[in-house]
Amino acid sequence: MYPFTYHQPENARKAATVAGKLEDAKFLAGGMTLLPTMKQRLASPANLVDLAKCDDLRGIEVAARSVTIGAMTRHVDVANSKELQEAIPALADLAGMIGDPAVRNRGTIGGSLANNDPAADYPAAALALGATIVTNKRKIEAEQYFTGLFETALEDGEVITKVVFPIPAKAGYEKFRNPASRYAIVGVFVAKKGSEVRVAVTGAGSSGVFRATKIEAALTAKFSSKSLEGVKMPAEGLNSDIHADAEYRAHLITVMAKRATDKAK
Amino acid sequence: MPVVSMTVNGKAVSADVDPRTLLVQYLRENLRLTGTHVGCDTSQCGACVVHVNGAAIKSCTALAVALEGANVTTIEGLAQGGKLHPMQEAFRENHGLQCGFCTPGMIMSAVDIVNRKGNKLEEKLIREELEGNICRCTGYHNIVKAISAGAEAMGG
Repeated sequence: MYPFTYHQPENARKAATVAGKLEDAKFLAGGMTLLPTMKQRLASPANLVDLAKCDDLRGIEVAARSVTIGAMTRHVDVANSKELQEAIPALADLAGMIGDPAVRNRGTIGGSLANNDPAADYPAAALALGATIVTNKRKIEAEQYFTGLFETALEDGEVITKVVFPIPAKAGYEKFRNPASRYAIVGVFVAKKGSEVRVAVTGAGSSGVFRATKIEAALTAKFSSKSLEGVKMPAEGLNSDIHADAEYRAHLITVMAKRATDKAK
Repeated sequence: MPVVSMTVNGKAVSADVDPRTLLVQYLRENLRLTGTHVGCDTSQCGACVVHVNGAAIKSCTALAVALEGANVTTIEGLAQGGKLHPMQEAFRENHGLQCGFCTPGMIMSAVDIVNRKGNKLEEKLIREELEGNICRCTGYHNIVKAISAGAEAMGG
């Protein structure tokens, strides 16, 4: 790791102010990606602004029509929240599938969304549920937020404060895991709200999370895994690597979408 | 360099640390608590698992400086009064190890599983909960047996 200066502000406003004044600053959330990246010297910020003491960035609030999750809320807290398990069980379920128990004790929803790893789980939930990413400066709709591999609409010095998820009628998430890292080789989040069905795919796309419109159309006609029999996803634009080639990933999208639909509640 | 103070295995410790110092380096190199191992160094293998404020974390992926005021327990902190912790005893009794490199992390994760899930653990649950700990010798069979027995023993 290259040297850096460490800062630990005690609320979100101070964190944004500190980061705004410093050259080459990066926010540290749970550190589950940033620290390994710094250890490999793939990232070398001059200043690290740790959000760990920003208690105002933590917590889960369930309202009548939406759930608001603070950016520094850890995966374990999202997975174990009784209120969230009632409101959006698929989201609690997804958080419980991230990494392993020790990783879930550190990793945060804001960190995951800010990093936008193309195989991370939360981006699929945010896109399928039509979440709003709230920062210290503005509100960004999920549709506009994810802009590519590890790329988001966030600007320098902009920090996610919370994420607002509208409560769907039904939702489900399923993923085919990489056996070592537990990242999604393909993960599919399906959400039904009124007559609209949204389906987001993570792990597969060569520019990150995307909506599977073909599957959305089939599920809009009838929200049942049977509607997906024979639905073939195109392999164009999907990743090929040692774990799975693009055609296999395309096949897995339909399979995971079926399982997610069966699980949806 | 910033000063960091924490409690490790019940003892208050304090040191000047370079902000780059990982918790595992601090434990091994500053405090000479070398029971916590570094395996993969990429937060996948779990050899470095310790408890911070009661929760299992991978100490290769946490900065010591960020843990001001934290309460840390390492493998050295489990045995009390020269007597092995029931989970350590269960690993010995069931031969839940071969080379032993992953064992400290396995045992710290095992105790964390019991703290969260109770004293009666199904084999399937143990295997799922152990997904962040890798053993390259045993094939896990005896580790799972040890954790099941250790969990019961921890219940008294």
